[in-house]
Amino acid sequence: MTADVPRGRGAHARTASSLRLVWVYPDLLSTYGDRGNLLILQRRARLRGIEVEEVLVNADQAVPQQGDIYLLSGGEDLPQILAARRLRADRGLYTAAEQGAVIFAVCAGYQLLGTEFGGEEGQPVAGLEILDIRSGRGERRGVGEILGEVNPALQLPQLTGFENHQGVTRRGPGVEPLATVLTGVGNGDGTEGAWAGRVLGTYLHGPVLARNPALADLLLTWAAGRLPPLADREEQWTQQLRDQRLAAVTAAG
Amino acid sequence: MGKLPMRARLATTLGGAAGTMSRLAGRGDGSVIGGVIGLRLEPDLLALLSAGRQIVLVTGTNGKTTTTRLITAALGALGQEVASNAFGANMEAGLAAALGKAPDAPLAVLEVDERYLPAVVTATKPRVVTLLNLSRDQMDRAAEIWLVARRWRDVLAGARGCWVVANADDPLIAWAACGAKDVIWVAAGQRWQEDSWCCPECGSHLLRDELGWRCGECSFRRPSTRWVLDGERVIDSAGRVSDLSLSLPGRANRSNAVVALAVAEVFGVDTAQALPRLRDVVSVAGRYTRLARRGRQVRLLLAKNPAGWLEAFDVLDPPPTPVLLAVNAQVPDGKDTSWLWDVDYRVLLGRRVFVSGERRIDLAVRLEADLVPFDLVENVDEAVAQVEGPGLDVIANYTAFQQIRIALGRAG
Repeated sequence: MTADVPRGRGAHARTASSLRLVWVYPDLLSTYGDRGNLLILQRRARLRGIEVEEVLVNADQAVPQQGDIYLLSGGEDLPQILAARRLRADRGLYTAAEQGAVIFAVCAGYQLLGTEFGGEEGQPVAGLEILDIRSGRGERRGVGEILGEVNPALQLPQLTGFENHQGVTRRGPGVEPLATVLTGVGNGDGTEGAWAGRVLGTYLHGPVLARNPALADLLLTWAAGRLPPLADREEQWTQQLRDQRLAAVTAAG
Repeated sequence: MGKLPMRARLATTLGGAAGTMSRLAGRGDGSVIGGVIGLRLEPDLLALLSAGRQIVLVTGTNGKTTTTRLITAALGALGQEVASNAFGANMEAGLAAALGKAPDAPLAVLEVDERYLPAVVTATKPRVVTLLNLSRDQMDRAAEIWLVARRWRDVLAGARGCWVVANADDPLIAWAACGAKDVIWVAAGQRWQEDSWCCPECGSHLLRDELGWRCGECSFRRPSTRWVLDGERVIDSAGRVSDLSLSLPGRANRSNAVVALAVAEVFGVDTAQALPRLRDVVSVAGRYTRLARRGRQVRLLLAKNPAGWLEAFDVLDPPPTPVLLAVNAQVPDGKDTSWLWDVDYRVLLGRRVFVSGERRIDLAVRLEADLVPFDLVENVDEAVAQVEGPGLDVIANYTAFQQIRIALGRAG
């Protein structure tokens, strides 16, 4: 079974004029420049004339059900376990997922979307079961630059980022890998990240959307419909950054 | 050194010789290599070198080097030699080298890397352990900070005859210290709160108000304090209020100074004796120094992580004083630059911003997202050449700082 590539709000829908970005539990899950993913989505939406409303939801607040894109970020073991417990009780993210919202998750957030992940002693902890993946603790920590070829179905350029995790992730049927790893560890089986429908997760920091603006645009397209390309001058620094990081990881490899 | 066992004496002597050779060969300041060789010959060297001395350990994410310097200055009032690793070599080898170089000093003030604190507490049996703050830093090589706090907590709970001087305003520090037998709590403030929204005890959301922080669900709350940083002033343990009037700039250094005063009191040095000595400290390992360069005054600020950058922003001369931001990502800096996105750069609007360093393109992308205009430069001189006013402030992370310091000529 192959996952279908979502087409935004219907193939003929016009681009949405506003987007609501919901950052889930930045108080628990935000260790690693994760705000950057939110800032990049905002910037690239606004450059297309799309208004952006940013909603930060702390762990003692209810998760709104009416968001367009939900972000879950990296975190340490204990906050990750607590976040999973609260999100299961809150139900807001489940409703949003059922309504077809885009969910984008990084590292600890990626793991907790699955059925199970490893706790602080490596014990299995129940996840949200929004994505059919299962994570556990691997033998050693994967730390360093990572490079991958993105799943051809997504039609994106190479994936670049920085990983720092000890997780191993297995996909269930119907869940596609985000990328095939050329350098680095990723899921631990030669693939990196996962996606199904409009839910996409990755181990990568950097932040990953700053390093991979095309991935940011993919998420925006899923939520808002077709996007016009940006002017070269709006892409110049991002392009230089990509060139530099790709050259560095190729030289080191 | 007479009472040291033979092997420790040999280890120290050979280590000292290696340090001298390293300096002569221009391979560094010699503060580590001697310790490395000494420890290889005698693994218990640190414990042997510590025996019979009164030792102060200083740790935390930010402010270690400066606070170590301030405590050393305050203890100068005792008129005895104080050993110290003044240049920030803060792992076991650096500590052994610092003690080995001052074999007769009855006192030692040592900054310690966060990860090594448990081992160093066990080896040195300190009189005082000083805990400043804990926040995200070089996460590609450091342990997660909740884990660091747990290890501190375990070792301090078992330490005997040891005073812990701890910042009560940092919840993770309070949690690490609160199992210790004797704690002197200092209200030293907490500028960076992004790593302490949650209770270290139970994980729930922390509530904050003018009285400090407390957990909304369990009983963990900010301890009451004996020492207080109150704006520009210190309120000491006897309730006396004094103006700090430091030479070192910024809120973070006032915080470091209050901690240093609390440590000094453990040794019988009161605020009136200690404060003039703290005011005499004008520069720490090249930081805060103003250097003349082509008719401009260039001031160097070191900041290695998001909390440090926030504190550095506090210290900047007012706009339109331009600022140069320099970032590298070598091993001592952390190989990952994601942390740049944890800093809010919009406070730099209204001044000219230059960016340099090996990872300046990462900074460019970051500043662009914050709509802060900037100019790329190759090095500090290229920025100086474009400055129109009298001065330039430089904020750099570790190796970028060292490179700029070398470029401007060693000073401080």
